[in-house]
Amino acid sequence: MKNSLILGAMTVAGLAAGVATAGTLEDVQARGKLNCGVTTGLVGFAAPDANGEWQGFDVAVCRAVAAAVLGDASAVEFVPTTGKTRFTALASGEIDMLARNTTWTFSRDVDLKFEFTGVNYYDGQGFMVPADLGVTSAKELDGATVCIQTGTTTELNLADFFRTNNISYEPVPIETNSEAQPLYLEGACDVYTTDASGLAATRAAFENPGDHVVLPEIISKEPLGPLVRHGDNEWGDIVRWTLNALITAEELGVTSANMSDMMAGTNNPEINRLLGTEGTLGAMLGLDADWAAKALAVSGNYGEIFETNIGENTPIGLSRGLNAQWKNGGLIYSPPFR
Amino acid sequence: MTDQHQVAYVRTEMLPEQAPPSSQQGVFKWVRENLFPDVVNSIMTVLALLIIYYLLSGFMPWLFGGVWTADSIRDCREILDAAGREVGGCFAVLTERWNQMLFGFTYPTDQYWRPFTAFLLLPFAVTGLMFMGLIAKAFRILAIVQLCMAALIVVGAMAQGSGLGMAVTPAILAVLAFAISTLAASGTPIVRYLILMTALYPFVAFWLIWGGSILSPLFVMIGLIIGYLVFKRGEAFGFAAGVALGLVATVIVWIIGGQIAGLAPDFLAFEAVRSRDMGGFMLNFILGTVCVSLSLPIGIVLALGRQSDMPIIKIICVVFIEFVRGVPLITLLFVANVVLNYFLPPGTNFDLILRVIIMITLFSSAYIAEVIRGGLAALPTGQYEAADSLGLDYAQATRLIILPQALKISIPGIVNVSVGLFKDTTLVSVISMFDLVGMIRGPILASTEWNGVYWELWGAAILLFFPVCYGISQYSQWLERQLDTSHR
Amino acid sequence: MSIAQDEPGAQFRLSMLLNDTRYRGYTFQAVALLALIAFMAYLGVNLVQNLAAAGLNISYQFLGEPAGYDINQRLVEYTSQSTHWRAAVVGVLNTLLVAFVGCFLATVIGVFVGILRLSKNWLIRQLTSVYVEIFRNVPVLIWILIVMQIFIVVLPQPRDFKGANASASMWFDAFAFTGRGFYTPKPIWMDGSWVVVAVFLASILGVFAFRQYAKTRLYRDGVMLERFWTSLGILFVPCLVVYFIMGQPIGLDYPALKGFNFKGGVYMRNSFIALTFALSIYTAAFIAENVRAGILAVSKGQTEAAASLGLRPNRIMNLVILPQALRVIIPPLISQYLNLTKNSSLAIAVGYMDLTGTLGGITLNQTGRAIETVLLLMLFYLTISLSISFIMNIYNNAVKLKER
Repeated sequence: MKNSLILGAMTVAGLAAGVATAGTLEDVQARGKLNCGVTTGLVGFAAPDANGEWQGFDVAVCRAVAAAVLGDASAVEFVPTTGKTRFTALASGEIDMLARNTTWTFSRDVDLKFEFTGVNYYDGQGFMVPADLGVTSAKELDGATVCIQTGTTTELNLADFFRTNNISYEPVPIETNSEAQPLYLEGACDVYTTDASGLAATRAAFENPGDHVVLPEIISKEPLGPLVRHGDNEWGDIVRWTLNALITAEELGVTSANMSDMMAGTNNPEINRLLGTEGTLGAMLGLDADWAAKALAVSGNYGEIFETNIGENTPIGLSRGLNAQWKNGGLIYSPPFR
Repeated sequence: MTDQHQVAYVRTEMLPEQAPPSSQQGVFKWVRENLFPDVVNSIMTVLALLIIYYLLSGFMPWLFGGVWTADSIRDCREILDAAGREVGGCFAVLTERWNQMLFGFTYPTDQYWRPFTAFLLLPFAVTGLMFMGLIAKAFRILAIVQLCMAALIVVGAMAQGSGLGMAVTPAILAVLAFAISTLAASGTPIVRYLILMTALYPFVAFWLIWGGSILSPLFVMIGLIIGYLVFKRGEAFGFAAGVALGLVATVIVWIIGGQIAGLAPDFLAFEAVRSRDMGGFMLNFILGTVCVSLSLPIGIVLALGRQSDMPIIKIICVVFIEFVRGVPLITLLFVANVVLNYFLPPGTNFDLILRVIIMITLFSSAYIAEVIRGGLAALPTGQYEAADSLGLDYAQATRLIILPQALKISIPGIVNVSVGLFKDTTLVSVISMFDLVGMIRGPILASTEWNGVYWELWGAAILLFFPVCYGISQYSQWLERQLDTSHR
Repeated sequence: MSIAQDEPGAQFRLSMLLNDTRYRGYTFQAVALLALIAFMAYLGVNLVQNLAAAGLNISYQFLGEPAGYDINQRLVEYTSQSTHWRAAVVGVLNTLLVAFVGCFLATVIGVFVGILRLSKNWLIRQLTSVYVEIFRNVPVLIWILIVMQIFIVVLPQPRDFKGANASASMWFDAFAFTGRGFYTPKPIWMDGSWVVVAVFLASILGVFAFRQYAKTRLYRDGVMLERFWTSLGILFVPCLVVYFIMGQPIGLDYPALKGFNFKGGVYMRNSFIALTFALSIYTAAFIAENVRAGILAVSKGQTEAAASLGLRPNRIMNLVILPQALRVIIPPLISQYLNLTKNSSLAIAVGYMDLTGTLGGITLNQTGRAIETVLLLMLFYLTISLSISFIMNIYNNAVKLKER
């Protein structure tokens, strides 16, 4: 600490303004670590396990990018951010990318000057209520006390929903998901509302998940995806195409199990280009030829990541739904690797 | 005379003293005078007894009927049910998450002994300064405390089946404390060495907690020493010149040292731990000690500036102090969290803990400045005039005459500010840092195993904070009495 | 320190800027000022560069745009279509409400405990000192969270009031103490209620007039009139008479369980009560110490002198000790009020919508205007603090011991 303080003081004293900011890619490579912003804890998406290791769907994206850029999936510094801190942390350069189930909206993209590099989960805002309340529709929630996570699009959607349906409610703002849990469980709120995936993840952590139902209404579109700072297109490309590589790999049937075989060469030129045995896609990004292979080696393709973290066989138990590959009727679609 | 009063019915010898009536002595008297002196007080006593009974009757079964080993809250409840107990705390959460509450969840588990040692060494660094006249006694108490600590760890380790090694450090330190105590008691002038220990402590603690090569803290220290020596030489040309020369020398040594340390990053190195991985009660402790010690010099400068007769400097100091004291700490933490980065040069990146340290230091320096200003104001004008009449210039007078006395008066106030600041370090949990409160509210209460365990966790938080704060504030009251030389 | 050579008119040399005490002060100040300006400029340049790099700007336009979110506790009209500025005003009022109620409660508890700490009763002394030490030495944030936890976990939730065999019930069908807050009846003002209110206000004036009269009688004739009961009578009897004459124009709106929540009556939210209560008991522990110190600071001779005049203990406390102790108590008391107001910003930990919750919370989150909102936030708290300090200085000068 003293050290960094002194360094800081020296910077302030000597290295006046005018330090040319190198690109994020160079910064990350020089640092040897990727700083990745995640939530403070949402089981299945990003949460430290009992050993303090970060696990989850969003975390896997961070690790894939780290593997692609640095060749080491563990070279990630996970920075927990709240709804309040996430955008400043990204804008100020404290983190290199934000993978924190953040909704892609016009104003965030244009006004806050961020670049969304894709969508890794198509979501929508839902409501969870205790089953014994007997509520079957969100329109029956007149006069209910609703717990909302602040700093998200959810509180705006919620205000709009209740306003358009002309029913009243009592909002209880909560800073983080973990603080909302006891409030909801002990009955201080009747309803908990956030993204449907978040509801499922929260419910999975409950003692008796079966006692709680998620109402059928989905009141908003919430495309969640990783984002980077506006203006550093090279870095944006890397994050975007790492995500696309995970998606394409699923589409092409490349899994962590068969990848090493496929690295030897296949008949499918797109697989070859993806894995770097053919073409110079990696070099175009300024990375190694096998960047995508490294990213895939971490925890497999998009489908595998989905299944291990939030899929139907996990406690969270989300079905693919909108997040199935486009061939299976979902929205998950990657531009071609060509 | 006497024979005139020789009357038959007057006694000539004294009766033996009789014991006072039972209502006027012993326990009975005490109870009557202290508990039931009149009707109102009797009612209050009864009420108080009822309240105490009510509280204890709820609390005791909960405390003593608690479950100390279980995997989750459901486990706990099953064990309680099986034992047929209505109430009982689920203290298993403490046994399981104790280390996380103390060190956060990312500090390497096998390195816990390092911050622990740094923590145990802290009293050695400060006791010499805090109990100037009573070193022998203070260190004897310290030895006992360390022994108790060791014993506690042994008991804990036996219960858990691991962690016995942690008891070694306090045991060694207990011996050391006892040795110091004996030396001091035998009249050896030991204070000089104790102050050396104080000066050495920050570097040792830094090395222990953050790890990395010993070279970096070593060179920082060497730089400061050389800077001081140069300052001593340069003082001949005036105070300001001395300071400037000293600073230059220090910076040169740091730059050279930085190069050398960069060459040998593994020389006598512990596993490096990043500040981001600090958490739990340790984080509160680090923030508290680091910020208070950093803010002391700044506070002194600000206080002197505010008392100065140079209007511009005075205005700068007053504006700074009043501004910082006028806003809540939480807004300053917001600044650290979301604003400060915009004011730093592009490309530099201070991590959150460093920004928080900067803001808390600024915060506490304003409060400490006000305390010291009180000390300065309390000095009789005669002291200033006497210094002037000796021909001392401002720097000399301040350093040799004014500050030593003013600081002595201000110590209790400074200690009080420190306690307040230590308590305020819990606010960092609001900006998503995992200090003790943050750990409890975040990872522990949100985990599937332990959601629903509230009172055990908050009770533990109180138990961790209370002894520290209470101890320090008792110390400051003791000090106040020691320093109170007025004859009442 | 002036030396003979320093006579006026001596030729000015540049080195005198450093060596001459007459000029050295100017040199230092100039250097300090330059350094400050340079530092500020440095920060400013950094800010401009960083903002340019991020493509952002500083603008307060967002204050005029619709906030889009709802606030549960609002003392003025506010909907989700109101502006961010309006939301900030709601927040300011909520902050002031907590600060005001909190200071009042803290003073009451603090003075009470402070006096009890000097009680003859050993048990009471011990109990109160345990209270003071425990609350002073544990962070206020922990207390706030614990009190909030009591609301969430211990108190019955509205759902517990439902059904035939409900586990909780209302008190006198008028008060409901739930985990979501307390509900009490609310007065309904009907036609003619203003007469009752007017009479009540007049009665208050009457009480003051009576007290003045009693005092004059005491000083003039030495007659001590019964004051307590008479005051009480003046205060309530006319009111009640008018109330019934006017045909009971003030009704009560009782809270009742409807749907998910209680409806009607006055609703005090759990976050408000938790925050206010925790802040008051925490601050009261400090105030109790101040009160104790203040009372102890009054010299023993004063008590003895009063006793020798034949005053009873109660009157000694009221007429002799407290007035003198107040002079010692008030300055630290005001700074405790300041602390309480500043600590009220911890509202964010329990989701109470004070200024830190609206402007520094949701508005900041939704607009991403960090610098602007944090600046406004600081300005507000600074204004409150400085005005309280200002009032304190005026008061201090007013009660300063005037030695003749």
